[in-house]
Amino acid sequence: MRQVFGNRKALAVFLVPALVVYVGVIVVPVGWSFVYSLFKGSPASGFSFTGLNNFRQLLDDPTVRQTLWVTVKYGLVMTVGQIVIGYLLALLYLFVLRRSSTFIRTLVFFPVVLPTVAVSLLFAQLFAISPQLGPVDSLLHSAAGMQPLDWFATGSHAFVVIVIMDLWRSVGLFAVVIYVGLIDIPGEILESARIDGAHGFGLVRRIVVPMSRPILMASMIFALNADLKVFDSILALNNGGPGTATTPLNLYMYQTSFLYNNWGYGAAIALLITALCLSVTLLVFFSLRRDLTKG
Amino acid sequence: MTLAQNPVPATYLPSSRVPASRSHRRAAQISRTTMTRLLIALILIVEIYPLFWLLSSSFKTQNAFLTKPLWDLPTSLDFQNYSSAWTTAHLLTDAVNSITVTLSAVVFILVFGSGAAFALGVMVWKGRNTVLLFLVGGLMVPAQLILLPLFEIYYKVGVNDTLLPMIVTYIGEGLPLTVFLMATYFRSVPQELFEACALDGGGIFRCFFSVGLPMVRNGMFTVGMLMFFSIFNDLLVALTFNTKPSLSTVQVGLLNFDGQYGTVSYGPLLAAISIVIFAMLALYLVLNKQIMKGISAGAVKG
Repeated sequence: MRQVFGNRKALAVFLVPALVVYVGVIVVPVGWSFVYSLFKGSPASGFSFTGLNNFRQLLDDPTVRQTLWVTVKYGLVMTVGQIVIGYLLALLYLFVLRRSSTFIRTLVFFPVVLPTVAVSLLFAQLFAISPQLGPVDSLLHSAAGMQPLDWFATGSHAFVVIVIMDLWRSVGLFAVVIYVGLIDIPGEILESARIDGAHGFGLVRRIVVPMSRPILMASMIFALNADLKVFDSILALNNGGPGTATTPLNLYMYQTSFLYNNWGYGAAIALLITALCLSVTLLVFFSLRRDLTKG
Repeated sequence: MTLAQNPVPATYLPSSRVPASRSHRRAAQISRTTMTRLLIALILIVEIYPLFWLLSSSFKTQNAFLTKPLWDLPTSLDFQNYSSAWTTAHLLTDAVNSITVTLSAVVFILVFGSGAAFALGVMVWKGRNTVLLFLVGGLMVPAQLILLPLFEIYYKVGVNDTLLPMIVTYIGEGLPLTVFLMATYFRSVPQELFEACALDGGGIFRCFFSVGLPMVRNGMFTVGMLMFFSIFNDLLVALTFNTKPSLSTVQVGLLNFDGQYGTVSYGPLLAAISIVIFAMLALYLVLNKQIMKGISAGAVKG
């Protein structure tokens, strides 16, 4: 038995291919990025050592400050939206639609599998005002008498479109994940709470929400990590415009590296994104875990 | 547990309500059903209308876009937009690229990933938890941190004008999650089955192919699908290694669609978007049950 499951040669055959690709594609490049961040230039123009200058520039760069703010704002708004709407949908599936929720669940989920670029281009058309008013402006015009609004002319309006679009794209996933977590709450607990007189909103607030803390924490960490790395949807919708008003860090990093050919600075921005994701994850993890033990 | 069968225990049904006066209760119930219906109608509109608009607009002529009111349905089913989207946007080349890249990456991810997961989940050796942690740690690494070095590596190796950079990068990015999930699946297989296989004189490879893989087949299919959709829909990696137009994937091709014309030709653009969206939608409907099953397995037991 030990001979079979401790077979060294077989172990190598099973493990080595994955390890080689993983080290080559992930581990080595991560280390390499740290080295890049100490240099200036690109492979085309050649590199020159600048020490910690890239990081000093990171602190002074107003565009970094602005794109960081866009990223954080997007991350917070999206995470709250995804969790709240996802949770409400999960409650709808579980307590209102019950056995007939399969169809709605399938329907709300499907945008998750659609290509981001296609969805972004579609939403750009839905919110367009030329060559003619798009559906959204037409609806607002005929229903609320609103003047046509050029959604992509100002940063705050474009941000609204980005949030609506990305919520449309992603809430279905959170709804299903939270729904699955809610199913795991033992029916007896809900039943005894009902006998004790807890109904509707009170039942949800006192029993269901506290019981679903673990799945909420997991969804929150997952949401924040995905949201802070936002890239494709904004690039395809409005390329972070006007100017850099809705440019997230990730897009700024991409532009710095490949448009302005400053790889060292790009690597420094990538490190900032990594640090941001890591610290937010740890923050959520530890703050919610302490609550759990207290609970 | 299949979500399609909706495993809600019967105890969720409101059985032991405090009795109220009958008319009061009925009024409350009616308003509640109305609310539910309105809510469902709203959800239906929000989810379906954009796609309906996309489909109906994709048949309109450029002239209709510029002069006719938006709500007008197209006067005839003209497939002109579709044929021009198909030919001028190189959708066929892009689709071939996308499918080549995605399928080869998914196959290698599953082959390498299931092997590693078997070694980490079933085989007995010192340090396997450390190696598992090392591999799963890759989940924390954002793609943009590895792209610049990879670009230079591929350039130096001389493969930068092929599809290889994309394929290799996707394999590396997909492995951490795959190994993590597959190792969980392998661990949930009863150990006795592997022991029986070894006692019957099967070697380790026999136990892997005849016992391990069949037992985790469903999980493997789910992981494969997760990988398929995320790789097919990815833009960042595809855009970074898109050194020439003939290497475009579907997403990159769509992104550059209106760049190829002086003025935006709305019909072909919307036709191209709807080809991509409805193709993915069809695939999703075929695979729906398996996807939902996979999410529940990953969320709860992962």
